[in-house]
Amino acid sequence: MEQKDAVIIGGGPAGLAAALELYHQGIRDILILEREDHLGGILRQCIHDGFGLGRFKESLSGPEYAQIFIDEIEKYGIPFQTGSTVMDLTEERQITVINRKGVSRYQAKAVILAMGCKERSRGALGIPGERPAGVFTAGTAQAYMNLYNRMPAREVIILGSGDIGMIMARRLTLEGVHVQAVFEIMSHPSGLPRNMIQCLEDYNIPLYLSHTVTGIHGDSRLTGVTISEVDEQLKPIPGTEKEYSCDTLILSAGLIPDNQLSEEAGVALDPHTRGAVVDEHFQTSIPGVFAAGNVLHVHDLVDFVSMESEALAAEAAAYIRGEKLTACDLEIMPGKGVGHTVPQKVSGKKDFRLSLRVSGHYKDCRILVRQGTKVIGRKKMKKAIPAEMIQFTVKAEEIKGKEGLEVCVE
Amino acid sequence: MAKTYDVVIVGAGVIGSAVARELSRYRLRTAVLEKNLDVCNETSGRNSAVVHGGFAYDTGTFKARFCVEGNRMMEQLSEELDFPFVRCGKVLVGNTEEDMQQLQRTMIQGAENGAEGLELIDEEKLHELVPAVVGKFAMWSKSSGIMDPFLFNIGLAENAHANGVSFFFDHEVTGIDRYKEGYRIHTVREKFDTRWVVNASGLGCKKISDMLGITGYRVIGSKGNYIVLNKKMGKLLPMPVYPVPSNTYMGIHVTPTVDGNVTVGPDAETTDDLSCYGVPQKNIDELAKSASGLWPHIRKADQIRTFSGILPKWVDENGVIQDFKIEIQDEIAPRAVNLVGIESPGLTGAVPIAQYVVELMKERETFTENPSFSPIRKGIVRFADCSRKEQERLIAENPDYGEMICQCEEVTRAEILEAIRNPLGVSTMTGIKYRTRAMMGQCQAGFCQMKIERMIEEELGIPETEILYSRRGSWLLSGKLREKTAVAEREGV
Repeated sequence: MEQKDAVIIGGGPAGLAAALELYHQGIRDILILEREDHLGGILRQCIHDGFGLGRFKESLSGPEYAQIFIDEIEKYGIPFQTGSTVMDLTEERQITVINRKGVSRYQAKAVILAMGCKERSRGALGIPGERPAGVFTAGTAQAYMNLYNRMPAREVIILGSGDIGMIMARRLTLEGVHVQAVFEIMSHPSGLPRNMIQCLEDYNIPLYLSHTVTGIHGDSRLTGVTISEVDEQLKPIPGTEKEYSCDTLILSAGLIPDNQLSEEAGVALDPHTRGAVVDEHFQTSIPGVFAAGNVLHVHDLVDFVSMESEALAAEAAAYIRGEKLTACDLEIMPGKGVGHTVPQKVSGKKDFRLSLRVSGHYKDCRILVRQGTKVIGRKKMKKAIPAEMIQFTVKAEEIKGKEGLEVCVE
Repeated sequence: MAKTYDVVIVGAGVIGSAVARELSRYRLRTAVLEKNLDVCNETSGRNSAVVHGGFAYDTGTFKARFCVEGNRMMEQLSEELDFPFVRCGKVLVGNTEEDMQQLQRTMIQGAENGAEGLELIDEEKLHELVPAVVGKFAMWSKSSGIMDPFLFNIGLAENAHANGVSFFFDHEVTGIDRYKEGYRIHTVREKFDTRWVVNASGLGCKKISDMLGITGYRVIGSKGNYIVLNKKMGKLLPMPVYPVPSNTYMGIHVTPTVDGNVTVGPDAETTDDLSCYGVPQKNIDELAKSASGLWPHIRKADQIRTFSGILPKWVDENGVIQDFKIEIQDEIAPRAVNLVGIESPGLTGAVPIAQYVVELMKERETFTENPSFSPIRKGIVRFADCSRKEQERLIAENPDYGEMICQCEEVTRAEILEAIRNPLGVSTMTGIKYRTRAMMGQCQAGFCQMKIERMIEEELGIPETEILYSRRGSWLLSGKLREKTAVAEREGV
């Protein structure tokens, strides 16, 4: 079994940024494992722009953003294997990987989970009805079009106002496909405001809030869908059903961190993020196994994925060098108005960067971090929405004792 | 010009395919006509996939007899045809005095039917067998099991094909005329002349029976809906858990699949529409609620899919469900074997039913044995089920085994290529799915369908617009985005 200082599972934005930062931290014995034939991850199919505004101060396409990192990986000669699928990861950080050359095993000092996320399928959404062809997740339709040069649609309805769904509404329209409407079960859009304007409003594609698909019709190709209004509990309201003819239903209703491998290894997951529970070092419940990017929690912008992975790499490098990472015994709990937080555990001895998502729409609010009754961190927000990740630094000096922290919106 | 055969079987479900295989033991020219584009697209592939013990049916019926016989031969079939079968047992769980009486009656009936390994067990033993199940006592049927219904049906058909039977997909039968010594069968495509006809058309049994001139059967559909849970859940359920059955309905149960998923269902609704497989929301909700009373692990987050199946039930004028009907009416339709109302336990009993069909035929005509018949069919090697050592050997022999196409179910390029080149010539996406499990996992084809679609295009040389998902008309793609891609243009292709 070959020894490695760091094995990075996934060669998308999280894995690439982690590899580069590890390199800059002096770690040289790195291996990136990527299951596709090319590095870049999901960015390869995201040919729209808007990437890198935060990091590079310019609007890049997904492949352009990824290429900046890939060029550096190649410049420094950081080893990577494409077309390589990790079959098994153990608690002892042993990794079994297959590719066309055979089966290989590695013993890693540190493992970095960077597998990204998957889309919620029709089955996971539990949409009733028949099972014709023509129901695709937005990412699948995007891959067909942008990677495979194949058109999966003629007459389209989109369910879910996630970012990829809105971007696909524009993409399909530009390719001459008719997008009738986007329906969103929530009473607010789930994607970024900029995509609402640039992808829907600019193309006169209507968005209906508090609506969902309650029937799928067709025994061969999709012939139409039933749309119903929903009440405040998101339950369809009887009598509001309307039939729409279409041959394609595109689903953009949420992403789930892809933790099949982590779960099999025994990594503890957070039911809120559905990613690993991590401490301020991005270390999971298994010592030496770290996680960052969309496998940890779903991000809104790739720039944040890169930043998070770089923060992880600094910690992982210290771990590889044999430095002791401070024990993290203080738990952080999401309180009122907060969907989830990352990290879920901190030491209280060091400043840390808190990431969170709110669960509703707020105006002129404050995000408060409390220890008991004492407020130890706060951020004022003009506007807080679930579509946007909120990040700020919490100072350690205010944290006293062993009591856990709670984050809430006020 | 009509094609000429000795026997034409209508329907390539599990019964039609089993009859085809039994007939391939003889020197006969046999054809199977199927309206769908693959085997097991209807009832045969849409069920609980349980190998039944045979205790639930009235003594003396075909249902009881063929179920017990089919159950006993399942290991042998599984070995010959290379499909997964696990004799895991099952439990029927009860709580009340009435339940106990019903189970005692079932025990007696089971013994009379010849069902083996039945035992009444207490709560402690029940929990030893299936942790977390809700119930005070149970009947344990040790001989019950689970199987892969797709691969069973595919195995039967491929073995029949290897022994000389021809399969014609997309050949819906539109009419049957008496012609010379036999029949002329009209389909949506060409005509077939044949001495013998076997009506194994499942949900279409009444229609074909009428075409043969055997009229008067009343057949209703009983539709059952199911929820499929992800592979994490199978580990928690070692065997199927059923409620105490009534005379005609098994009840909503939870069943592990041979691949480690769990199915929840079926409910039962009478339907006249034998082609509508839609699963309504209220049924999904009620299934989850009802089955949670048996087994507490049903959560929405673990649901990956729903499906439904329809059983053809032959009923009398009062709506009472009848036994299987397997007959030759020599006066009305000589040399036509008519199977009506083959519902559950048709999957378990398929091969004994087929053997009985052939017996009826042999009572009327002498068949010569086919000396080159082989009962053995090899399926596609499943990379995911191999040891690491075997996996290493496979990749060394064929690097396509080292290329993972379906990440969720760990299906490699080599397996998908083998499925695309399947002997029956099936080219649909669901055809690949049933043969390999690709696209059956958590992401439900989100990541791999594009690769599989492209492989079908390249392997079979068909354009993207002709790739079908499952049925006729189920197009997947409307065309290319660009006739020439930027790369092709740059490279001057």
